[in-house]
Amino acid sequence: MSAADNAPLLRVENLCMRFGGLTAIDDLSLDVQAGQITAVIGPNGAGKTTFFNCLTGFYRPTSGRVRLNHPQRGELHLEALDSHQVASRAQVVRTFQNVRLFPKMTVLENLIVAQHNRLQRASFFSLAGLLGLPGYRRTEQAAIEIAVDRLTRLNLIDRADAVAGDLPYGMQRRIEIARALCVDPLLLCLDEPAAGLNPRESAELNELLQSLVQGEGLAILLIEHDMSVVMNISDHICVLNYGCKIAEGSPLQIQNDPQVIKAYLGEDDEDDDDFDGVEPALATESES
Amino acid sequence: MVVLAHQAPSVAQRCKDAGAVAAIALLLGIPMLGLTTVDQGGSLLVATRWPTLAIFVALCFAGRLLARYAIDALQARARRRPAATLLRPGARHQLSLWLGWGCFGVALALPFVFSDNRYIVDTATTVLIYVMLGWGLNVVVGLAGLLDLGYVAFYAVGAYAYAVLSTQFGWGFWQALPVAGGLAASFGLLLGWPTLRLRGDYLAIVTLGFGEIVRIILVNWTALSGGPNGIASIPRPSFFGLPFKPGDDSATFAGFFGLDFSPLHRLIFLYYLILALAMLTNLFVSRLRRLPIGRAWEAMREDEIACKAMGMNVTNVKLSAFAIGAMLGGLAGVFFAARQGFISPESFTFNESAIILAIVVLGGMGSQLGVVLASLVLVLLPELGRDFAEYRMLLFGTAMILIMIWRPGGILSQRQPTLRHRAEAGAAP
Repeated sequence: MSAADNAPLLRVENLCMRFGGLTAIDDLSLDVQAGQITAVIGPNGAGKTTFFNCLTGFYRPTSGRVRLNHPQRGELHLEALDSHQVASRAQVVRTFQNVRLFPKMTVLENLIVAQHNRLQRASFFSLAGLLGLPGYRRTEQAAIEIAVDRLTRLNLIDRADAVAGDLPYGMQRRIEIARALCVDPLLLCLDEPAAGLNPRESAELNELLQSLVQGEGLAILLIEHDMSVVMNISDHICVLNYGCKIAEGSPLQIQNDPQVIKAYLGEDDEDDDDFDGVEPALATESES
Repeated sequence: MVVLAHQAPSVAQRCKDAGAVAAIALLLGIPMLGLTTVDQGGSLLVATRWPTLAIFVALCFAGRLLARYAIDALQARARRRPAATLLRPGARHQLSLWLGWGCFGVALALPFVFSDNRYIVDTATTVLIYVMLGWGLNVVVGLAGLLDLGYVAFYAVGAYAYAVLSTQFGWGFWQALPVAGGLAASFGLLLGWPTLRLRGDYLAIVTLGFGEIVRIILVNWTALSGGPNGIASIPRPSFFGLPFKPGDDSATFAGFFGLDFSPLHRLIFLYYLILALAMLTNLFVSRLRRLPIGRAWEAMREDEIACKAMGMNVTNVKLSAFAIGAMLGGLAGVFFAARQGFISPESFTFNESAIILAIVVLGGMGSQLGVVLASLVLVLLPELGRDFAEYRMLLFGTAMILIMIWRPGGILSQRQPTLRHRAEAGAAP
């Protein structure tokens, strides 16, 4: 859309990830444009989360390249960066399939920890902080304001002082997104953000993700099983099965792709046991 | 055989439970109590003590029965108590604040009240050393969540650094203090670097090994450490250049202030010195906890992977926790050497590490006041138990078990947030 004339924000080329004899990702290539929502879908075990792990430095890919076109820092090779550098230098921030908050800390503290690097620099390795110098105090105040802004946007401000681990699951998912937004992401990688949300919450999530993309030019890479989310908000969908990309295109194209329907529902004459992780029916969901 | 059911167990169930304990006691008791060796005309004979064993087994049976009744009664009462009467977190925080200031007041006044009681001042000094060590280890274990079983190594490094610097190079206490602290911190990095990838049990084993390595080096490197004989006649700290010596001239502490010389002066000075060091440690650690680095330690304890995903360099965070914890241990070590005047590897065994760790765990991981309470319990109990001679360790163990039953999260397990939205919105200090 907006960045169609430019090079894509993220370009994945021939990515392979093998664990011993198992090929989790096989020759995957994918472009992610700024200002768009790109969804990665596929049956369970298709390699979606492995793909995220390769992207964000938690796994080192066996081969292939992941290049990020950073507006300030130029081209960055994500596959060579450590996981913390992917977040701090490349500004590619992820959430996790099983929510990973800091459960004993408050919601506000969770969001302040996400701004660690900026605060740590301002505290001059804690020296300025120990002395309580005004420069550090200002930065801390600014960090709190950023956190409060994110919490307000995600409708969490009332729970700012609550202990994160005590809150309901749906709220914890939102906190994780709010926390990721505190890292100033260029590309936000969300691993099943709608899992465990009720229909109203997932409608709110749709709105939020769209406002992030349209309002701030953020790129979102999304793993999701909830087809009402995927089909409604994605600009581009990539379907994985057994680590291979089997289809790519707009939501409409994907819904009518015979390969995709086969991967999700299986073939008529095939034994169902091969697909013990059959997903919510794709075709029926898409009408909603 | 813990009875978990909510309704009270029947008498038969209780007897069965106590019977099982008695059976274990019997099994253990046969070799430990039932059989004994006697020296008869130069040869060892095995004699039996069945009556003693019978009494022991009967005591275990009765004790278990009584303990079970007591625990059940306590639990039933706790269940009956309505939730509303429990303290709100805010009130609890207020309470612990008052308790903290109370402890500090008592600590300040103690040498005046007991100015003629050498034993009390000496024991209080020991308590404060453990408080300081506990606060230091709290950074590593309580905040950063890195289980360290070899903390005594840094204590030893600090103590030996001061001992060597003062006896061989003539350094004073205050000169050696920062150098020894720095040296201990670099040992912290030395331990932290190879263990970066380890967590939990694995880390505990490596740190345990590290503690032993340091002790064994001290035993064997005779040229530096004096080996098992240790280092003696370590100079005592002076009062800003005024030594604690008998004499009427103004070059001694007593002479300068026009007091009669008393050996207690130095004792009381040492007491205030460790009180000051401990309070500085407390200030330092509670301040750090409110800074990015402290929050990073706690976040790392909660979820290391999430920390990485937030762009946090976990390596640096871990190493800083190890280094700062080690530095505080080293500073306590310098004080220890200066107070004792003599150190040997005997003082730095695994037992010490275990006690310091017990202080942190019993106090409630990460709680500063909890460390104080736990050190009081763990240092004073063996002291008070001296009358019980060889049974004092039994008493000590029982107390630890009781604390863990009564408060599984430690004496004070309430975590205080480092910042609040409500307070920030109102009046930022």
